[in-house]
Amino acid sequence: MATHITESDELLGLDRDALIEMLRWMILGRRFEEKSGEMYQIGEIGGFCHLYIGQEAVAVGAISPLREDDYVITAYRDHVHALVSGMDANAIMAELLGRIDGGSRGKGGSMHLFDRSKNFLGGHAIVGGHLPVAVGVGYSIRYRDTDAVCICFLGDSVANIGAFNEALNMAALFRLPVVFVIENNRYGMGTAVHRAAAIRNLADRACAYEGMHGWTIDGMDVLEVRRTVEVAVERARNDKMPTLIEANCYRFVGHSMSDPNYGHYRTKEEVHHYKLKEDPIKRFIDILTKHSLINETDLKRIESEVKQIVEESVEFAKNSPLPEPQELYTDIYSGAYPDIKRRDLWR
Amino acid sequence: MATRIMMSKLSPTMEEGRVLQWLKQEGDPVESGDVVVEVETDKATMEVEVMGSGVLRKIIVAADATVPTGTLLGIVAEPDEDISTILAEADAAAPAKPAVAATASSAVDSDIAARTPAEALPEAPQTMPAAPAAAAPEQDGGRVKASPLARRIADERGISLRQIRGTGSGGRIIKRDIEAAASAGLAAPLADVGPEAPYQRVELSQIRKAIARNLSQSLGPIPHFYLTTEIDMTRTIELREELNESLESRGVKIGINDILVKTAAQALLQHPNVNVSFAGDHIRRFSRVDVGIAVAVPDGLITPVLRNVGHKGLEQIAGESRDLIARAREKKLAPEEYQGATFTISNLGMYGIDEFTAVINPPAATILAVGAITDRPIATDGAIEVRPRMRVTLSCDHRAVDGAMGAEFLATFRAMLENPLHMVL
Amino acid sequence: MAVIAYREALNQALREEMRRDADVFLMGEEVGAYQGAYKISQGLLEEFGEWRVRDVPIAELGFTGLGVGAAMVGLRPVIEFMTWSFALLAIDGIVNAAAKMRYMSGGQFKIPITFRGPSGAANQVGASHSQALDSWYAHVPGLKVVAPATARDAKGLLKSAIRDDDPVVFLEGELLYAAKDDVPEDEDFLLPIGVSEIKRSGKDVTIVAHSRPLHTALRAAEMLEKQDGISAEVIDPRTLRPMDIDTILESVRKTNRCVIVEEGWPICGIGAQIVDDIQREAFDDLDAPILRVTGADAPQPYARNLEQLAFPQADFIVNAARRVCYQE
Repeated sequence: MATHITESDELLGLDRDALIEMLRWMILGRRFEEKSGEMYQIGEIGGFCHLYIGQEAVAVGAISPLREDDYVITAYRDHVHALVSGMDANAIMAELLGRIDGGSRGKGGSMHLFDRSKNFLGGHAIVGGHLPVAVGVGYSIRYRDTDAVCICFLGDSVANIGAFNEALNMAALFRLPVVFVIENNRYGMGTAVHRAAAIRNLADRACAYEGMHGWTIDGMDVLEVRRTVEVAVERARNDKMPTLIEANCYRFVGHSMSDPNYGHYRTKEEVHHYKLKEDPIKRFIDILTKHSLINETDLKRIESEVKQIVEESVEFAKNSPLPEPQELYTDIYSGAYPDIKRRDLWR
Repeated sequence: MATRIMMSKLSPTMEEGRVLQWLKQEGDPVESGDVVVEVETDKATMEVEVMGSGVLRKIIVAADATVPTGTLLGIVAEPDEDISTILAEADAAAPAKPAVAATASSAVDSDIAARTPAEALPEAPQTMPAAPAAAAPEQDGGRVKASPLARRIADERGISLRQIRGTGSGGRIIKRDIEAAASAGLAAPLADVGPEAPYQRVELSQIRKAIARNLSQSLGPIPHFYLTTEIDMTRTIELREELNESLESRGVKIGINDILVKTAAQALLQHPNVNVSFAGDHIRRFSRVDVGIAVAVPDGLITPVLRNVGHKGLEQIAGESRDLIARAREKKLAPEEYQGATFTISNLGMYGIDEFTAVINPPAATILAVGAITDRPIATDGAIEVRPRMRVTLSCDHRAVDGAMGAEFLATFRAMLENPLHMVL
Repeated sequence: MAVIAYREALNQALREEMRRDADVFLMGEEVGAYQGAYKISQGLLEEFGEWRVRDVPIAELGFTGLGVGAAMVGLRPVIEFMTWSFALLAIDGIVNAAAKMRYMSGGQFKIPITFRGPSGAANQVGASHSQALDSWYAHVPGLKVVAPATARDAKGLLKSAIRDDDPVVFLEGELLYAAKDDVPEDEDFLLPIGVSEIKRSGKDVTIVAHSRPLHTALRAAEMLEKQDGISAEVIDPRTLRPMDIDTILESVRKTNRCVIVEEGWPICGIGAQIVDDIQREAFDDLDAPILRVTGADAPQPYARNLEQLAFPQADFIVNAARRVCYQE
């Protein structure tokens, strides 16, 4: 299923530290999401909560080659993109718990994580809505004539919405440094991709935009993702051309915490198969083990470090106060919210 | 031909009647015009004459039962005549009037109520009270349409919206109407328009509201009647002077009113059927005489109550009365000090009023209106004499006190005042 | 001061702000090479180049979101809709992205963007192209909504909108572009957002109107003066959100009567909100129910006679004013 778009050695010439760092991000993403699921189940997290378990190779593979001045924007399954972009795990967990120390002061929630200081631009919950936003980021990069790039993650179902065409068309038309990464986890909620898209490979849609490449890759292989994104990022940085990457992956959990993992739309066996045979973390560990770059002790150390981060984030979030009532009416306008007290007499 | 014996409406106010006794038994032959049953109405006991002949075939409402007017009491018919249709009519009427059973059972003991046959119930139209129609005019009466601004200005200027005809849409009173009224002068603002006579609006004080609430319960549901007599006060005035002379050293001063209170109490003790209250389904005959004294206060009146007056001496009555009246004028009375009089005296003599009638202050059944003591020429033993005379009028709740009862009480009251020695009898 | 048309005033405002701040750029259909569908952007491409005066494909959702993205990272986009009717395709970008980004990010991202274009009635362009959806945008917390009625106000307010750090929905009157007015040439001429203006003083009735109906209201005020001796005070809120309700309240406290005029549909319209504010804060000053004169509660018809009937007409306003003055 994978199409190597470049020839390079299996480890992309990365040193051990860089590789271990990638693994560490993947494990952190996995453990953080497991904890999020637990927090949801005990009622500490409310609303919609979409976990990223199974897809870690995509975020880590795509974000790890970025520079600090590059931008990341994604949809609502955003916890791990935020983490890997550098957003503080404490701020993420506090946001999930709706606390004042959350990235959005408890006003955004799971689907609306943001970290301006890390150029992490969200966290967007209306399917397709953030693609034009990403194009605007690309536009501003060209406008200011810098060589930053913007990575825009999107789900497979976004390839079918009007905004997809409008955004990709303008990105190609204006030659904007945007890399679109479709995380094709095979189901838009409960609808299989082939039941929604009249095309076999979503990346082939790139052919509609002159100069835009479209690549379909193995999204469960973090090095494959990284290898491909690196090429796309260089094209964006140097040639000011957008790329459409389709990373085939699989989510090991339900669409959101309130959706079934399997049943009407996919089988238990299928989920088990991916978990056993395609787990991106296991696959990466296998590669690193094969190259004698990691051992059990290293893994235990990583797990221990990660556990500490995750547990600390829960501790931090639980100790963070709920937003004060006045937070209801802050962050709506640049100044004070005019006249609100005159119309809202009861709060 | 069968003849119905009905609980007829025997007076304009009669809504129900009680079957006292049947003078014929079922099976007795009956001639037209015979009295077959005695019925007690709100006014009197009436004999019901049957309007047909035959035998008394069926007694439907037994003696002692109270039923609404229009209820079928019995049937007179030929011995072999089929009366099932009439009985069926009574049956059919029964479910439509469930309230009747309650009326019956509240008025009679449950045993009799249980025996009151359902078929005795009347046809609906005959007994439906006209109450719903009466409520309608009031609903519209209170609403004055005025713009918020007009209301505010009227309020500020003390102008009653009721005296103004609105010129806005749908007769809405608007600002210019208030201004026109104000410039026309409050004395006669638009006096010739509108359905009501001009008046100045004075807001109700709390006490005024209480009076209105209480007394409107009076002349409405309470059937008043009035008994007036004139009393020679010569001896009472002499008595008062003597008493005050002897009590002067103790700083006590007894007023005519104190003597009236005491006298009334004494008389009431002799006529306990006047010291009563009508309590809906019963009469309360009080074992104690608590006399209320109507006291004018700046924004109304209040009736402090002297308790158990029958067992108090004049000196004590005078002291308590002075205290109560003083505190009444300062509005410092506790509710228990002005509620629950069994008898009330209202004296307007000091205003030169010769005689007047007072409105009963529930729950008491009587109130005595006392006029000024005035020197009047009267004929005594064939000669004209001038004597201090005082006219009093007793208002009675006729539901509880009848004319003769009131008159007897008043006679005792007068006799005691005209000859205070009677008080010790 | 110079007497110029509304469209020239907007052009001046754009030009001045783009000269003043290099982060300001204009984007929309036909804004560049074509010189603007309504000639608002005439000459701007030549002066500022294609990155700052950007023609876009017909993709309202796309270029609206593009503007939001650019604003997130520090630019000050001016997004032109060829008409606000087309912005219906972009309403997710305006409502879900622009209006809420600051809130959802806990204040991390401001969105200093101006969405502008012709709004309201046009002549015989039919139901899809002729409508005043002012209240849709005024409904949304996070947006500011401006609707100038004169060339002077258009210039002063557009400059303020561009400088504003919040997303501004700027509703231009499609039939006002040619309206002329004295407009200050001063580059620092700004009119504050959220301030009403009394366009005509009066004492008997307050008439509130914005955008094109303001001119209808002013005509009605003249008619009332001449025919009925009714002195109407006409107020243009100019900003629909946040609205300067105090100026209106002050006037109503004086006149005790109010008629509100708008081009949009009646249900949940701008006037409905003003009525709410007045009844809450000036209830005891009212001498008559507040009346509204709105566009007909129907899609805009094509036929000329029906179309005229659908607009708020001066004699409707006159009749409404007479009624609240109890002078029918």
